[in-house]
Amino acid sequence: MSAPLLEVRGLTKRFGGLTANEDVGFTLQAGEIMGLIGPNGAGKTTVFNSLAGFFPPTSGTILLDGVAIEGLPPEAVAARGVARTFQIVRIFRSMTVLENVMVGAMLRHRAVPKAAVVAREALDFTGLGRRAHDPAGQLTVAEQKRLELTRALATGPRLLLLDEVMAGLTASEVQEAVELVKRIRDRGIACVVVEHVMEGIMPIADRMVVLENGRKIAEGPPAAIAVDPVVIRAYLGEGYLAPGP
Amino acid sequence: MRRRSPALALSLAGLAAAVAFPLLATKVTWQNAAILMLMTAQLGVAWNILGGYAGQVSLGHAAFFGAGAYVSTLLSVKLGVSPWLGMVAGAVAAGGLGVLVGTPCFRLKGHYFAMATIAVGEIVQAVVNGSDALGGAVGFNLPLGETGFWGFVFNRSKLPYYYIALGLLLATVGVNWLVNRSHVGYYLRAIKDEPDAARSLGVSLTRYKMIAMILSAGLTAMGGTLYAQKELFIDPGSTLSTSLSIKIALVAILGGAGTLWGPVLGAVVLTAIEEATRIAFGGTGRGTDLVVYGALLVVIAVFQPSGVMGLFTRRAPRAVPPPEPEARFP
Amino acid sequence: MTVELLLQTLLSGVLFGLVYALVAIGLTLIFGVMDIVNFAHGEFLMFGMYAAFWGFAFWGLDPIVTLPLTTLLLFAVGVAVYRLVIRRITDAPMLSQIFATFGLMIFFRGLAQYLWKPDFRSVDHTIVAGKVAFAGLQFGLPQVVAAAGAVATTAAVWAFLRFTRLGAALEATAADKEAAALMGIDAQKMFALAWGIGAACAGVAGALLATYYPVFPEVGSTFILVAFVLVALGGFGSVVGAFWAGILVGIVEVMGGFLWDPAYKMVLVLSLYLVVVWFRPQGLMGKA
Repeated sequence: MSAPLLEVRGLTKRFGGLTANEDVGFTLQAGEIMGLIGPNGAGKTTVFNSLAGFFPPTSGTILLDGVAIEGLPPEAVAARGVARTFQIVRIFRSMTVLENVMVGAMLRHRAVPKAAVVAREALDFTGLGRRAHDPAGQLTVAEQKRLELTRALATGPRLLLLDEVMAGLTASEVQEAVELVKRIRDRGIACVVVEHVMEGIMPIADRMVVLENGRKIAEGPPAAIAVDPVVIRAYLGEGYLAPGP
Repeated sequence: MRRRSPALALSLAGLAAAVAFPLLATKVTWQNAAILMLMTAQLGVAWNILGGYAGQVSLGHAAFFGAGAYVSTLLSVKLGVSPWLGMVAGAVAAGGLGVLVGTPCFRLKGHYFAMATIAVGEIVQAVVNGSDALGGAVGFNLPLGETGFWGFVFNRSKLPYYYIALGLLLATVGVNWLVNRSHVGYYLRAIKDEPDAARSLGVSLTRYKMIAMILSAGLTAMGGTLYAQKELFIDPGSTLSTSLSIKIALVAILGGAGTLWGPVLGAVVLTAIEEATRIAFGGTGRGTDLVVYGALLVVIAVFQPSGVMGLFTRRAPRAVPPPEPEARFP
Repeated sequence: MTVELLLQTLLSGVLFGLVYALVAIGLTLIFGVMDIVNFAHGEFLMFGMYAAFWGFAFWGLDPIVTLPLTTLLLFAVGVAVYRLVIRRITDAPMLSQIFATFGLMIFFRGLAQYLWKPDFRSVDHTIVAGKVAFAGLQFGLPQVVAAAGAVATTAAVWAFLRFTRLGAALEATAADKEAAALMGIDAQKMFALAWGIGAACAGVAGALLATYYPVFPEVGSTFILVAFVLVALGGFGSVVGAFWAGILVGIVEVMGGFLWDPAYKMVLVLSLYLVVVWFRPQGLMGKA
């Protein structure tokens, strides 16, 4: 087994007296999809924010390809190949769809024409190509989420952090998103996916990590997680029926 | 290419009109008003890089304007350095001042940033006011000394000032245009729209805000030098006041912040309103001009909040046709 | 001797600082409720001063006697400004809001010049004239009364926000407009109320100030800058923060003038402000 792309050890984050993450640890191989689930307030987004450099963890290490990145600012983390989306979309509303993605592409391609080409490719890859010249604010919510993903992808990441990209989508849109994440993985980009939509994450995740109250309570393949009594009690609820193996 | 040609034609026509104007309007009052307009426009365009594109609303730009006016004046009065070199020195000094201002202030957002820049502007003004070496509250009269191009003093005709102001304005617009087209322009707009998202894409907020600050401050300072050379008199009240800072911002906002030509349009409108109200109602010393001027500003802000430029920017036809209706409607 | 002088200076700084605070409280209230910085706030103060002056000049009524009238008048002015102008720019970008209130400032100053000429005027004699001695220190009675009035008004505003239903509704609107709307609070009414109270506070400060400070159309410009500093220093929207910041700034200002050079006292105040926001960008008592 090769060295992991991402290794998180003992990640703890406190805000004043509130502990958002406590001793969270997991590893991720290149090209792997990991689902990060847990009830509301379990600390999933906090993990993302620590990984992406939005705030330094109180303690713990985050190794990307064996190099510590915890405490680096977001822009430095992005430069090292970690891209993210936001739970509440943050697209650049004064720009067109293409320009949004170009901002992402500029991380590796400063020249505007080259960035435009890269952005165009990314848009075609995610299926937003025909919306390229529309103002970003005119997109539907589903499209805005996809735009954010495209923009992140255009930075040329090794690791993509997707924060609830499927929330609020219709069933067919979820299906499209699932296909898209698979195709991203097939490009060799590892993904950590925070998701509430179980039918979105269960079929594609290689592994799941479950958080509750800031701690990791379970880890394993989706099929095992779905029947894990600890997880069911903490999160999935009594009424949840696990998809058959 | 085809899409841009009307704008290009319009720009060329505007340029031709601007070049020809003082040759046709030979009355000194007209020329003076036109120079004032150009100088005001240049300041608005310079402000726009920071306040418009990057969205960092500075209400302390007079500090940079004053830096330009004072540095070139001091160099020329005390050391006999040509104001042209002084202009460059002033721009560099203002850039440095900008870094000094930006380092603490860029940590602040929105109103907090605006208030902090007011504070900086007031501090600079108070320091100059209290410093004898800097002329104190009295200011400086610039010696007529060496006239002509190198001396940057022209007393026979207003024309040289007019063309220098026009040249400086075009240069400033040019810098804006270049910034706008480069990755810096994209990054600045990204920072303005969604700073966190910009960071997640590898954009260093401090670095790019600082670039905008240095360019904006430096260009504003060049306007300050031009002002000093044209008026041949500077004092804290005329070059460092917060009302000047606010006017600089106003020009850009009035025209349309974050657009290339908005501040120019804003300067035309603002100067026209100012001059018209002053000529029509001024001179009585009773503030009628201020009443009309203030009321007009309020009316414009209320009814055209995106700036006058908003009246002209009908959306250009898009190269790509609008999307067909979604196939997957429920 | 020097200790007494020091105390004297210190306390006179506090006295003036309290009046500053009263001007700033109105500003911070308006900002807290609707995220608008009112550049014309100094002009509310100016109107308060003129109201006091004209009451005196026409009817020989003391500014202290006409204080309730001035308060009501300025409340009405604040509400009118909200209804006529601010209501229309509530959701406009910050830039056009700056633009609008700045235009108002010029308009009001021009109006005052037009109506009352740019001259300096003052209330020649007032019932609060004279000095008070206290533990070997001496203060002007007008200053003391103004400071006491400022404290009383501040306390009244604070109590209003804290203990009345209307005040609670105002605070709720400031905290979260949408949640407040869901609770059935009419945001428009709250905004108008904030402008009314904000202008009234400045009006009270103006009337109190008129007993010892000259009245002229641009008088607001001196106070608005300090008020901005107090609002940012205390934390945008924090009445209590503005109050303490007022005292602090009053002290720094006089001590700066006393120990260093009066010409630089504002430099000191503004530098203090920059240092504070460097460490606490949200101000002393603002929400993070």
